[in-house]
Amino acid sequence: MIQYEKFTLANGLRVLVHEDKSTPMAVIDVIYDVGARDENPNKTGFAHLFEHLMFGGSVNVPVYDEPLQIAGGENNAYTSNDLTNYYCQLPAENIETAFWLESDRMLSLAFSEKSLEVQRKVVSEEFKEHYINKPYGDVWHKMRKLAYTKHPYKWMTIGEELSHVENATLQDVKDFFLEHYTPSNAILVVAGNVTIAEVKMLAEKWFAPIPAGNKYKRDLPQEPKQTEARKLEVRANVPLDAIYKCWHIYPRLDQRYYVVDLITEILSGGGSSRLFQSLVKEKKLFSNVECYHVGSTDAGLLTIEGKLLKGVSMADADAAINEELKKLQAEGVSAKELEKVKNKTESTMAFNDMSITERADSLAVYELLGDANLINTELGKYQAVTTTDIITESRIVFDEKNCSTLYYYSNNA
Amino acid sequence: MINRTIAPEIKDATEFNLQLKPYEKFTLDNGVEVYAINAGAQDVLQLEMVFYAGNSYESANAVAAVTNHMLKNGTSTKTAFQINEHFEYYGSHCNRNCSNEVASLSLHTLNKHLNVLLPVMREMISDSVFPEDELATYKQICKQKLSVSLQKCDFVANRLIDAYVFGEAHPYGKVITAADYDAITTDQLKQHFNKYYLNGKCIIFVAGLLPKDIFQQLNKNFGSLSLNKQQIILPPHGILPAKEKKYRIQNDANGVQGAIRMARPFPTRHHPDYMKTMVLNALFGGFFGSRLMSNIREEKGYTYGIHSYIQNHIQDSAWLISTEAGKDVCEATVEEVYKEMKLLREELIDEEELSLVRNYLIGSILGDLDGPFHIIGRWKNIILNDLDEKYFYDSVTAIKTVSAEELQALSEKYLRAEDFYELIVI
Repeated sequence: MIQYEKFTLANGLRVLVHEDKSTPMAVIDVIYDVGARDENPNKTGFAHLFEHLMFGGSVNVPVYDEPLQIAGGENNAYTSNDLTNYYCQLPAENIETAFWLESDRMLSLAFSEKSLEVQRKVVSEEFKEHYINKPYGDVWHKMRKLAYTKHPYKWMTIGEELSHVENATLQDVKDFFLEHYTPSNAILVVAGNVTIAEVKMLAEKWFAPIPAGNKYKRDLPQEPKQTEARKLEVRANVPLDAIYKCWHIYPRLDQRYYVVDLITEILSGGGSSRLFQSLVKEKKLFSNVECYHVGSTDAGLLTIEGKLLKGVSMADADAAINEELKKLQAEGVSAKELEKVKNKTESTMAFNDMSITERADSLAVYELLGDANLINTELGKYQAVTTTDIITESRIVFDEKNCSTLYYYSNNA
Repeated sequence: MINRTIAPEIKDATEFNLQLKPYEKFTLDNGVEVYAINAGAQDVLQLEMVFYAGNSYESANAVAAVTNHMLKNGTSTKTAFQINEHFEYYGSHCNRNCSNEVASLSLHTLNKHLNVLLPVMREMISDSVFPEDELATYKQICKQKLSVSLQKCDFVANRLIDAYVFGEAHPYGKVITAADYDAITTDQLKQHFNKYYLNGKCIIFVAGLLPKDIFQQLNKNFGSLSLNKQQIILPPHGILPAKEKKYRIQNDANGVQGAIRMARPFPTRHHPDYMKTMVLNALFGGFFGSRLMSNIREEKGYTYGIHSYIQNHIQDSAWLISTEAGKDVCEATVEEVYKEMKLLREELIDEEELSLVRNYLIGSILGDLDGPFHIIGRWKNIILNDLDEKYFYDSVTAIKTVSAEELQALSEKYLRAEDFYELIVI
């Protein structure tokens, strides 16, 4: 049971405090309710570029990193399609430094032309490093466009194309800040060797004076139900043929999400999972095969991907995956197999809760979803899943009409 | 109104009194030493059985890594599937890891399942059978993975720079090929297993909120194995560094970035310069606020990240600079690295910057002592490097007291352009 207390400042900033006296450290986690899904389709990659700019100086503090490092702290941030999260860890005695730094950049940025110019280049190099200069690096660029026709999940967090990032202007940066980086669109989590009274005092002192700003109203185009199988074939300079298959699943808070999450574990959660055992070990068709989803807030995708062993045809590989899915749809799972993936979920959660950084991150993400107490109640939702649920959902999700398939052929195979 | 231009008061990180929680030590009936850290709030534990079975001991390339991996691929009573299913049913993770000197088998589990998991680990280290079919499948997997990796400039660069510094005949410089995997036989694996696991030398590290009977459980399962009976001798390996210092390699005709690696030999943790050089390394390229990062990423935007580090080796080491930069700015990046070395040799570091690095490093150690797994990780490194807790406290003292003059002297000694191997792989 993770204990925490929550209060809300007059400007709308939600604050959660989790005390842990066993550590000398404190973590401050600030999550902003903005991700790549909130971007203008012609200016994609902006939420992530903006994350970089948050380190380029704020209105009263010329640089973010140095004062934090002097206080013995470390920090980082990440952007997803759904949210942007900034976190830092420092000795608990010095926690006020983090309040000072985080509140100043929520108040306003320095909006430096130099910072924008440099970070455009840095993000371009990040784009190249992860998505261009890497075998199979463009898969998700292609797959998102195939699987989504309307929803902004159709582009990647890094951006639809390099030019969107390269063309970002300082006015874009200012507009984005005003629209999204307000107290009412943010959640502050403080965890570690702190007291609730201390955090209340510091939050009032540093964050309460920030003007409330407007609450962002999200109104995203919804993805229509997919009604026929989609296929795409590409050829590239990669050493091996690969296959990617995606099916639309459920929003993060839907009870059926938990059923599907356990299905991914049954199919590929380890050395005894179905796809690995059948397709790698027994049938010897793949050198690796994985099933996963990314837990997105709106309805996401369940993916099965694999690299084919040399000499195996794409048609045979695809058919073998489908055969495993048909088996699941026809026979379901045994009570023991379901128990196995539930046990794994319980264990994963216990290990995640080992560090205050993870606990702070979970509290922030769950609060953004609508209820921080999911950190304590979510295991129960997994426990409630039955073998009947598994069979029902596997029949609904693994419908050919709900599937997008990408055949990624090697030029050299 | 608060004045936001003034930083809040801080406690200087160098005033923190860092304490490394001492371990408890047990010895099993057969002489295997167990180092334990009992701490934490969750009912979970991490167990690591470390064997002197790394690639320094192997008879042919990749034999150590493949033997280590296949500890999970079958015993005389259980198939690979059954072993995996057993650990996974209890929500636990049993992993293998092979490095240069040591290779390990580790377990992460909820405490309540420990008693049903240890007997299977015992089987894996005393009765692995290395089935032919499992080896054939695993070789295919390794070769396919290698073919993908070889297309990545960073992977190719990492292998080559090590080979330049240590020579391909040295465990740290080995370059594994598909032919190496093809040549591996189950006999080689069985021999490696017999010598270095079944009759090998083992040390156990365990951490978490430990059950009261942890010693009894470990002794019951591992105390009667024929471990630590024979002397395990580290085969001698000569270092044969490359003569040529500068390399430019075209690996991918369509590459848009180059992987840059620069490296020079460096002594081990036992050398008197080591601890102070760790501070110099941090300032040079060891964290986000370092000179290399500030100049090459934050000022010029040539790269997403640039780092320097001293390799975590036991017998010998190297100091490396590593980055991926835009194809057109690779040469300029290399030049900037040399400029930063020159600055460190020629100009004294000012007290403000040095103080920032001291505080950052102390804060980072403090954060890294959070929780039993991190603490045992520190101890494992100390013990495997044949050091003691004095190393930890002396390192902290070095961070707090090293002077700008000493850092300049170290720069003059170690950051000389002519000593560095230099490689760009596009």
